[in-house]
Amino acid sequence: MDILALFDLSVLDSTVRLATPLLLACLAGLFSERAGIFDIGLEGKMLFAAFFSAAVAAMTGSVWLGLLAGIASSMALSGIHGLASITFRGNQLISGVAINFLAAGLTVLIAQDWFQQGGRTPSLIGGGRFEPIILPFAEAARSVPFIGPIYAELISGHSILVYVALLAVPGTWWLLFRTRFGLRLRAVGENPAAVDTAGVSVVGLRFVAVGICGVLCGIAGAYLATGLQAGFVKDMTAGRGFIALAALIFAKWRPWHALWATLLFGYLQAIALRPDIIEGALGFRVQVQLLDALPYILTVVILAGFVGKAIPPRAGGEPYVKER
Amino acid sequence: MDVMPKWAEVILVPLISLILAAILSALVILAIGEDPVAAVNLMVTGALGSTYGWGYTLYYATNFMFTGLAVSVAFHAGLFNIGGEGQAMLGGLGVALVLLFIPWPHWTVALLAAALGAAAFGALWAAIPAYLQAKRGSHIVITTIMFNFIAAAVLNYMLVNQLRPQGAMDPATARFAETVHLPNLHQMLAPIGINFSKAAPANVSLVIAIIACVLVWLLIWRTPLGLEIRSYGKSGRAAKYAGIGAVRITMVAMLISGALAGMMAINNVMGEAERLVLNAVEGAGFIGIAVALMGRSHPFGVFLAAILFGFLYQGGAELALWTSIPRELIVVIQALVILFTGALDNMVRMPLERIFLAARNARAPKRERKQAAE
Repeated sequence: MDILALFDLSVLDSTVRLATPLLLACLAGLFSERAGIFDIGLEGKMLFAAFFSAAVAAMTGSVWLGLLAGIASSMALSGIHGLASITFRGNQLISGVAINFLAAGLTVLIAQDWFQQGGRTPSLIGGGRFEPIILPFAEAARSVPFIGPIYAELISGHSILVYVALLAVPGTWWLLFRTRFGLRLRAVGENPAAVDTAGVSVVGLRFVAVGICGVLCGIAGAYLATGLQAGFVKDMTAGRGFIALAALIFAKWRPWHALWATLLFGYLQAIALRPDIIEGALGFRVQVQLLDALPYILTVVILAGFVGKAIPPRAGGEPYVKER
Repeated sequence: MDVMPKWAEVILVPLISLILAAILSALVILAIGEDPVAAVNLMVTGALGSTYGWGYTLYYATNFMFTGLAVSVAFHAGLFNIGGEGQAMLGGLGVALVLLFIPWPHWTVALLAAALGAAAFGALWAAIPAYLQAKRGSHIVITTIMFNFIAAAVLNYMLVNQLRPQGAMDPATARFAETVHLPNLHQMLAPIGINFSKAAPANVSLVIAIIACVLVWLLIWRTPLGLEIRSYGKSGRAAKYAGIGAVRITMVAMLISGALAGMMAINNVMGEAERLVLNAVEGAGFIGIAVALMGRSHPFGVFLAAILFGFLYQGGAELALWTSIPRELIVVIQALVILFTGALDNMVRMPLERIFLAARNARAPKRERKQAAE
């Protein structure tokens, strides 16, 4: 039995990789839901962005143009969500469901039309992908005991979007809790009438929040297709948008906790890929299906309030009507 | 409140939403370089042009009637049950357990038992989110989404590790016994001289689905429980003052909803596949949302919307077979229907209300003049 094997560097390394899209999507949801707009369409927006980033990167050979296309496509879906749930005061949950299906259908439809490869994009090569960045002295530091390998393997050697995601955590915290914009954004999710009385546009603030959500989902999707993998395949988000949603509840809508929650769920995904390590460490086999379901089970337990209470923003899901 | 006459509310608004969704779908087909008119023709001949096509259309429609009714019942109680997919998966497990381990003498008894098993498993899977919503205040939408994923893991485990026959490669149960084979429409219609396609999967479950539509209508509009469910859905607080228990209504509505979603399994698992496979539900649980929205949560509306989606499903399969349009086109159409009839409802409703209001105001002065003349 070797419990330490569970925290093998290779497992932790893939934890970081797998947590990145979850983290970006989770922060995306955080902006939207803190402003009072429920978003169960994270999955669809990521999928849309994954396809358009891979498609544009494949056609132009530039991963940066791909990233831009991914962000733009995700924001287009955000626009639909905003139109339905803010402008026309429709049901935000139903709008999210529609967006998920729209993305699931359109990506395959367009992929088939553009590339004729059964709903996938060509594999990305060279400049079409985000390459790992080797941080300075990574090779030289490798010989330093303990810290050296951690620096060389775990901290160095990820694509730029991983570092962007990690920086987005303090960024989100600062924006939400240290700026006037953040105060207003949080207020609009708790008590929009008060914000309206103060002369700030509820509709405007909510659209900005939904827009930021689109940008972050766009980066998440682009990372999936151009960083984590080399190209788009059908349904490649595989429920990550919903895991991110689960992480958001797990984190109780707070940025730093979102980081820990997504790292935990990323770790669960990483360890699920290595059943040999689990068996070696624990001495018995853990069902893969149990590991797959664990993020969802944990979320249900948290939601049920058995381990601390998760209370969403108060005005979440309610369309704002002036002068009720 | 009643700006529009009832017919406009019930027929005009959904119809316009549907037309908008259809126009956008046609644009999508145009954009990928295909001819929308030819596509519709192909879909109509493929889905409705033969008894074989009809058999598939009605088979899919049967699934969607169950899941559409499931979403509708929850809607009436003001609850959004996204968990139809997971509840239908568990329903399939219920059917498989009932049919694999008990030797049934005849399909009629087996159908009754399988339906009960399916309903019980589906209801069980809805009961936990319902309880957590009613007692612990966890949001039912999130918990039912989570339960869809947990259901997939449960089904995967059961099929891979428990129910798979020894030596079999694919994660599926053994075939059910020959005695529990459900009569299909060919066998049902042959005695009255109609020669229905032998190969089509529509079966006696269709009749059960139609009976379920009638029963749900009776329940919602003709029983005290239905009144309580609707009052609770309209205003939880008012219902509370009227002495309607929130916990009871949430539980009862979700149990019925889950049972209906689970019952779908008598069609796809018992009627068609005759064994339980991994992706037996194929998204029908989610289509239930579109069907309920389009059918305005009324069983008759659900019946019509389910047949429309059955047509789209079979027509979409034909399109994928004969043209380069992938099956995913129907997912896009489904998304547009949900978007326009659900989320963008006000976009259609607001201008319509303005028109009706203007028309009424234009009529009103005339009547006053007439009264003055008298």
